[in-house]
Amino acid sequence: MYNTHDILETIKMIEEEHLDIRTVTMGISLLDCIDSDIDKACEKVYRKITTCAAELVPVCERIEKKYGIPIINKRIAVTPIAMLASACQTSKVVKFALTLEKAARAMGVNFIGGYSALVGKGFASGDYALIESIPEALSITDHVCSSVNIGSTKAGLNMDAVKMMGKIVRQAAELTADRNCIGAAKLVVFCNAPEDNPFMAGAFHGVGEPDCVINVGVSGPGVVRAALEKAGDMDLSGVAELIKRTAFKITRVGQLVAREAATALGVPFGIVDLSLAPTPAVGDSVAHILEEVGLEQCGACGTTAALAMLNDAVKKGGVMASSHVGGLSGAFIPVTEDAGMIDAARAGTLTIEKLEAMTAVCSVGLDMINIPGDTPPEVISAIIADEAAIGMINSKTTAVRVIPAIGKKVGEELEFGGLLGSGPVMKVNTASPLKFINRAGRIPAPIQSLKN
Amino acid sequence: MKAVLTVVGKDSVGILAKVSNGCAEFNVNIIEVSQTVLSDMFCMIMVCDITDISCDFGDFADKMKALGDTMGMSIHVMHEDIFNSMHSI
Repeated sequence: MYNTHDILETIKMIEEEHLDIRTVTMGISLLDCIDSDIDKACEKVYRKITTCAAELVPVCERIEKKYGIPIINKRIAVTPIAMLASACQTSKVVKFALTLEKAARAMGVNFIGGYSALVGKGFASGDYALIESIPEALSITDHVCSSVNIGSTKAGLNMDAVKMMGKIVRQAAELTADRNCIGAAKLVVFCNAPEDNPFMAGAFHGVGEPDCVINVGVSGPGVVRAALEKAGDMDLSGVAELIKRTAFKITRVGQLVAREAATALGVPFGIVDLSLAPTPAVGDSVAHILEEVGLEQCGACGTTAALAMLNDAVKKGGVMASSHVGGLSGAFIPVTEDAGMIDAARAGTLTIEKLEAMTAVCSVGLDMINIPGDTPPEVISAIIADEAAIGMINSKTTAVRVIPAIGKKVGEELEFGGLLGSGPVMKVNTASPLKFINRAGRIPAPIQSLKN
Repeated sequence: MKAVLTVVGKDSVGILAKVSNGCAEFNVNIIEVSQTVLSDMFCMIMVCDITDISCDFGDFADKMKALGDTMGMSIHVMHEDIFNSMHSI
């Protein structure tokens, strides 16, 4: 009835090749918590989250036992807080961050995302106050994650927001300089941000989403690498086919867990995110897949082509395995979270310029990159602008999560621990983009936006 | 509802007896057993009916894992759906 080989393969994937469910993320709408009194709004937010997510962690733990597969993170994503802040007309929006932190601790989740603002075309009331409060919010909380969407293919780029975010990223690092600048590691700047992304730091619950929803992100770079290693010599058609088959199997587990969690919690199943998400653990690296394909080290010439093939094959295999696919869906390349990327960055093979090229063909963007502590805000803004432009023109999500290593220089290291990992400070081109960034205004939506 | 129980480790006397005793204790019915011994390595796969299981499935999985630890074997109990999902369309 069951094939022994199949059974042992599944167990090997979980036990030896780090197959796991990276995250079960519950999206919760807070639109019904809006109140002109911030204290009342916070009370409603706390009550809503702790009611909806009360069973999230216990249900996930039961599923882990039932299928014998680890669910590494349980997370919550909420409506962008700027929308709630706009009703309050107060500058003390950081109270919302403290409420989210309290709720996250009460529910026992690993992260809570949604301390966010969507300013792709301009600032609405509440957006300024929220963005200004991000560095403080991230320094006084542990679980809260923040994101800002500064542009889209449809709207172009809000360069006022880009200019602002360079300073905010720096401040987030400065305020947490005593803790390896961890604040900046919990802040991501998006172009074309998806509304149903289960991955942090960029998860928030979009306004088009249902009241409460379950989204799942799978992980499995180790499984793909092991399959390629076992297969030995084959041409790239064969490699792509093998990755596709493996991605199918990985995603089916995600689909199974997502359905089961949604049913047990009595909320709709949203999407499975088809991403290959690495961890710093040895054997769980996207860079090592690229090296298995045939590169001496990630970052070598050929990396972008190999990554494009990997990213496409993962999607093709995954899309058939799940009834609803969404979120970021692609291979992630966060430097400090990937053992192979860390080694390549230390060796100097992997540079920010190469990473930028790689982001044009995969999800998500310049992610978890440590940059020198003296990098000026306008350079950070310009990095954001470059990355956002790639997303805008290619109608894809791109993001920037760079960590200015305050007080450190190229070659020194930052150590975040856990899934965020550690890594070297990488060299940044510091020729000044000041005049460009200070022009501010908007970059108009590209011709690609005119599809109607 | 069915579960798949796998036992892997160094061969010794009484593995099958201890594992099936464990199943009986929790009213888990063994439907199918296949086993091989390859150069001293014992590998057994059992398909079990867990419809009338007398405890929580998670507790059963934990107890069998603990039983495996006492024998120096690795025992996994997983619901059949994970294999069906992964290996069939």
